[in-house]
Amino acid sequence: MITNKVSPPLPAREEPSDTRASRPGRRNFRLPWYGLSFSLPILIWQSVFFVFPLVFLVTISFWLVRNFRMQPAFESQNWSYMFSRGFFWDAYFHTWAMAAGACVLISVVAFPCAYAIAFKFRAATRQWLILLLITPFFTSYLVRTYSWQVFLSDQGLLNSALALLGIGPLPMLNTAFGSYVGYFTLCLPLVVLLQLFSLMYIDRTLIEAAHNLRAGRVRTVFLVIIPSARVGIVVAALFCFIMTFGDFVSPLYLGGGQPPTLSTLITDTTKSGQQWPRAAVIATAMIVTLLMVAFLMVRYAYRRRA
Amino acid sequence: MNEHRVINFMLRSFVALVFLFILTPIIGSFVFSFNVDRFPSLPLGGFSLRWYEAIATDPQVWQAFKNSLLVGVVVSLVSTLLGFTAAYTDFRYHFFGKSVYMALALLPPTIPVVILGLAMLAFLSRVGLSGELHAVMISHIVMCSPFAMAVIRMRLAQMDPQLEAAAWNLGASQWHAMRFVILPFTVPSIFAALFVTMAVSFDEFAVAWFVSGLNETVPVRILNTLQGQVSPTINAIGTIVFITTITLTTIAQILLMSRQQKPADGKRS
Repeated sequence: MITNKVSPPLPAREEPSDTRASRPGRRNFRLPWYGLSFSLPILIWQSVFFVFPLVFLVTISFWLVRNFRMQPAFESQNWSYMFSRGFFWDAYFHTWAMAAGACVLISVVAFPCAYAIAFKFRAATRQWLILLLITPFFTSYLVRTYSWQVFLSDQGLLNSALALLGIGPLPMLNTAFGSYVGYFTLCLPLVVLLQLFSLMYIDRTLIEAAHNLRAGRVRTVFLVIIPSARVGIVVAALFCFIMTFGDFVSPLYLGGGQPPTLSTLITDTTKSGQQWPRAAVIATAMIVTLLMVAFLMVRYAYRRRA
Repeated sequence: MNEHRVINFMLRSFVALVFLFILTPIIGSFVFSFNVDRFPSLPLGGFSLRWYEAIATDPQVWQAFKNSLLVGVVVSLVSTLLGFTAAYTDFRYHFFGKSVYMALALLPPTIPVVILGLAMLAFLSRVGLSGELHAVMISHIVMCSPFAMAVIRMRLAQMDPQLEAAAWNLGASQWHAMRFVILPFTVPSIFAALFVTMAVSFDEFAVAWFVSGLNETVPVRILNTLQGQVSPTINAIGTIVFITTITLTTIAQILLMSRQQKPADGKRS
């Protein structure tokens, strides 16, 4: 009944653009309370509790700690302290290597999987597989990490299964392998999902065209499908890099914490004592690194094809 | 043709392997939570509820659940409210600097939690708010409102912008149009956002660990257990949390899906 009243009259169509133009209160100088009461809350909240803390974090990297208390200052001490320490650079390059490795490995493993789900299954099956890919987001990452500890430890499930085959206990927990199992647990579902969404929206006629032009299967994948899905693949890899670069759970509880990553350095420095300015230096270095990586990768993703 | 089949078979087996990897720790923790052994090994020990009994009698765990619940309720209410206002602003207005505004509204989940945690700790302790539950609430609202906004914005995208204009045309004030046109349309997504944000908050451990001090939430309790002597109670807690979050999200999903058909019918009639 009501819908009938609203839709037919034509003048209603012209109204919105007209009212929208006049709404920001240019004609009469009243504040647009209505609009402000919807646009301001999140602006205020995120400025005060998101932007400001991050700016403050960079600020305290210049502060000093005297008598176990932070004091406002503008000194580069913390920076020169951290940057002159070998352990910082070790951690920095170690974190870089681990995250870059995870980023490449996970993307390479995820792609055939996403490709198969996109092209080799019926739509109904695909829905179920997507649902299964979403389940990990509802389980605690910590609980999954602990579960892997049980599988990977020297007396754990995998090793006792191997022992039945006569293969001696393989060190898996507290190794780089353990870290990578954790990284895969953290990122693989997300990367497969993101790649899958970009693959599902590829124009199928392109693929058919490639087949008609006698491109083989492999050439079609590398010359047609991957370039078409490039944005999704690169964005997925970027998320993977950001997540593994900042993760402190896997390297600590599955990788054994040696050598430390930047994130474990931050948690150690923060929780043991009042050296927050030094932790802030590490955090700032991480932010700058991530911004640079993100900038480069996004630029690459949206670069026009040569 | 034959080669084609071999490749398809290999691809499908690969998919199966990937899913095996993804689901192993989830199923593992579920199974271990009912296992009598402290260190499960092959062959698996017998069925037991001792880990559930252990957490049922642990006052720290109860307190953690209470804290998590309190934080979850407050966070979901506030971040849904913030997310709604942001989604509506994006839906209706164009203004200078909108891309910055949107970045502000959507960026928090992309900041590594260690950095966000340290930043919140430094800031909140400076203004005297850290170490209390409301420190966790504030941080979680920052992290959750983007999710609420995304959910509600998706719902608004299904709405014809002319509907609101039509209401004004018929003499409704802006607030009336909000109350009788926009709100009823977005109700399912509002509930969905409430549940999703609660699930996210219920699962977040890193920032909460930084700012919570002695007021542990459930994930922080798990993290602290993980640091101490290993105990399968983690699996029991994890199973309970999993069932809680999956229930919340399923309800959210059902709410979103069941209402999606309705407006289509309404428009046609």
